[in-house]
Amino acid sequence: MTPLHLCLLISTALFCIGLFGALARSNTILVLLGIELMLNAANINFIAFWRYGPNPAAANGMIFVLFSIAVAAAEAAVGLALIIAVYRHQKNIRLQEATVLKG
Amino acid sequence: MTLPVQLLWLIPALPLLVAGIGALTRHRGVALAAIFAMAGSFVLSCLALAGALQDPAVHATYNFAWFDLGHGTLRLGFLLDPLTALMTTMVTFVGTLIFIFSLGYMKKDENFSRFFCFLCLFAAAMLGLLVANSLLLLFICWELVGLASYLLIGFWFHKPSAAAAAKKAFITTRIGDLGFLLGLLWLADSTGSLLFFDNGHGVLEAATLASLSGQTLACGLALSTAIGLLIFCGAIGKSGQFPLHVWLPDAMEGPTPVSALIHAATMVAAGVFLIARVYPLMSADALLTAVPVHALTVVAFIGAITALLGALIACAQNDIKRVLAFSTVSQLGYMMLALGVGAWSAAIFHLLTHAFFKALLFLGAGSVIHAAHHEQDIRRLGGLRTKMKFTFASFAIGMMALSGVPFLFSGFWSKEAILHAAHEWNVSHLPLYAGLCAVVLTAFYMTRLVAETFFGQPRSHGADHAHENTAAMTAPLVILAACAVLLGFLGTPYWPWLQKTLDPHYEATQGGLGLMLLSIGLVGAGLGLGWWLYGRKLRATAADRDPLATAAPFVMAALANRLGFDELYAATVGRLNTATAALAAFLDRYVIGGLVTFLAQLGIFSGSVNRQMDEANLNGGFDAVSESVRETGLFYSRKQTGETHGYLRVVAVAFVLLFLVLALGGVR
Repeated sequence: MTPLHLCLLISTALFCIGLFGALARSNTILVLLGIELMLNAANINFIAFWRYGPNPAAANGMIFVLFSIAVAAAEAAVGLALIIAVYRHQKNIRLQEATVLKG
Repeated sequence: MTLPVQLLWLIPALPLLVAGIGALTRHRGVALAAIFAMAGSFVLSCLALAGALQDPAVHATYNFAWFDLGHGTLRLGFLLDPLTALMTTMVTFVGTLIFIFSLGYMKKDENFSRFFCFLCLFAAAMLGLLVANSLLLLFICWELVGLASYLLIGFWFHKPSAAAAAKKAFITTRIGDLGFLLGLLWLADSTGSLLFFDNGHGVLEAATLASLSGQTLACGLALSTAIGLLIFCGAIGKSGQFPLHVWLPDAMEGPTPVSALIHAATMVAAGVFLIARVYPLMSADALLTAVPVHALTVVAFIGAITALLGALIACAQNDIKRVLAFSTVSQLGYMMLALGVGAWSAAIFHLLTHAFFKALLFLGAGSVIHAAHHEQDIRRLGGLRTKMKFTFASFAIGMMALSGVPFLFSGFWSKEAILHAAHEWNVSHLPLYAGLCAVVLTAFYMTRLVAETFFGQPRSHGADHAHENTAAMTAPLVILAACAVLLGFLGTPYWPWLQKTLDPHYEATQGGLGLMLLSIGLVGAGLGLGWWLYGRKLRATAADRDPLATAAPFVMAALANRLGFDELYAATVGRLNTATAALAAFLDRYVIGGLVTFLAQLGIFSGSVNRQMDEANLNGGFDAVSESVRETGLFYSRKQTGETHGYLRVVAVAFVLLFLVLALGGVR
């Protein structure tokens, strides 16, 4: 069991938790939390492959993750704003009820 | 101080400026501006005359390029020689006086400023015609004076007769102008230039003339003769020569100052001026012996016929202005006669004296008409001698000048010069005899006119209440009367200053005393006959029969009807025109119109076929395609439930499937 395998196991677990949260929860904020967890699982993979990869001297994996975190922050801001808008519209944030845009 | 030829354009530019202003405003001050502009032009003309007289043999020119055309450049120019300078001085002087007269005559007209605007336009065009050094520029101004004449004859356009007269004048002169235009184009085609004088390359200079008269056409005429005769067509139209004289008497429908300025003194003399200007071209064939006819011979005979015809018809007219109009026709015939027999300086001499005394006579007639409440019929006038002293005195001077009363009056000297030239012409003496007959008739009808108008008893309400006009109208009469006397002394056989100035090759005729005595005798005979028939026993009422009409009723009726020229033209040219118009209308309505209708019906039919094709076949295909697109869209839109968890579930399942594929067989 190398450190790389360990990291990948942790990230897989984190991803599965996130996926379950996103699928099973009806509270929109918790769905968003699940998505963030999946994103961070991917970030752990980036770091692990960089740290134990062929060229750990180059900082490319870390830079990639920094970008990813910045994008996640922006995504969270947009998501929260959408949640507030949904709340104003239907007086709750239950994801099952937000079906106005159906075809 | 003299006016250089480069600034000659200022003379027509001043009236043109006022015409432009007059077109924009209805202010009555336009009249004053017009008078000042004409006076200014007169001063400039005098300066130009002073320059031209310093060396009369020089043709000072100023040519400039107008625009490029194909491979050549079209050039215009100005010309200053004694002919131009004398003519501009005469036109501006007479014009200024007539403008002043109009101030009084048109005072109550509602279109007062428009009248002066048109007068200025006319003056500008006329002066432009005189200063032109290019036949093209001359032609442009020639047409512009025609336009101004049309506008002014039809100035009282609400009168149907005035509108018809304006139209008649315009169309009749246009017939002559067509010939002029053809001659101009022919000349431009054969010489490549339309400038009169251009350092040896102009159309009136020796080299060009020699080449023009050297070419012979298929009919035996020299080329210069053909071109000269075509240009003469323009002069026939504009100067009221037989057979296109019919418009001039009708032109008297215009206001009287217009008749005086345009249809007596200046515009109608433009034809004479034109022939005098292109005289070298007209006489280029003079030395050829093999040609069937010389251009100037035609001019002489047309002039002689016109002089006699006009004088004959004038004897039987009863409208004061129409008598003067036919007298103008006759006098213009004299001028053409003089040109034809080779005495072009005598023609210009007569033109100048005629301009003054005929303007005087017309303004006198205008004064009478104005005072007598627009009564123009001499049978209904009468007795104005004591009521209008200035008018009578000046009219009498004009009448004696026109009749050629010996020694004191200008008309005598200028007519003498013409008769002498006709006597010396070696081709034929017929023009001389026509001219001598016209001398008798002129004295006769003028005596009749004066006797009927000014002597005896007033024979209508208007004549009874006539009184002398204001100074604005009498002052020009007095000045013109003075000129009508004095101007003759510039060209007597004893001191032919005018002829020598105009034509450096002029040689004073010796002898000819017998002819002078004969013409004095004929003038006396005419005056005596007039007095015997009309002065001895004065007309008592307007209904009295004319003594001549009693003696020769058939002849007088024919003359009063102007020898039926109008009826003749109506029956021939007019009927031909109507028939052509009917044919054209038929072609337009049924042949061309039918073709157009057929094409339109064809278009409608093919449109309906197209519509059938479209609705039955094409639309079906398009409908099927769009229906299937719509069905597909509906099918997929049902998949979009709006439930986010559903989407996430699909993503998750797809992820698991992707994982399985990769784990089981994808990546090695």
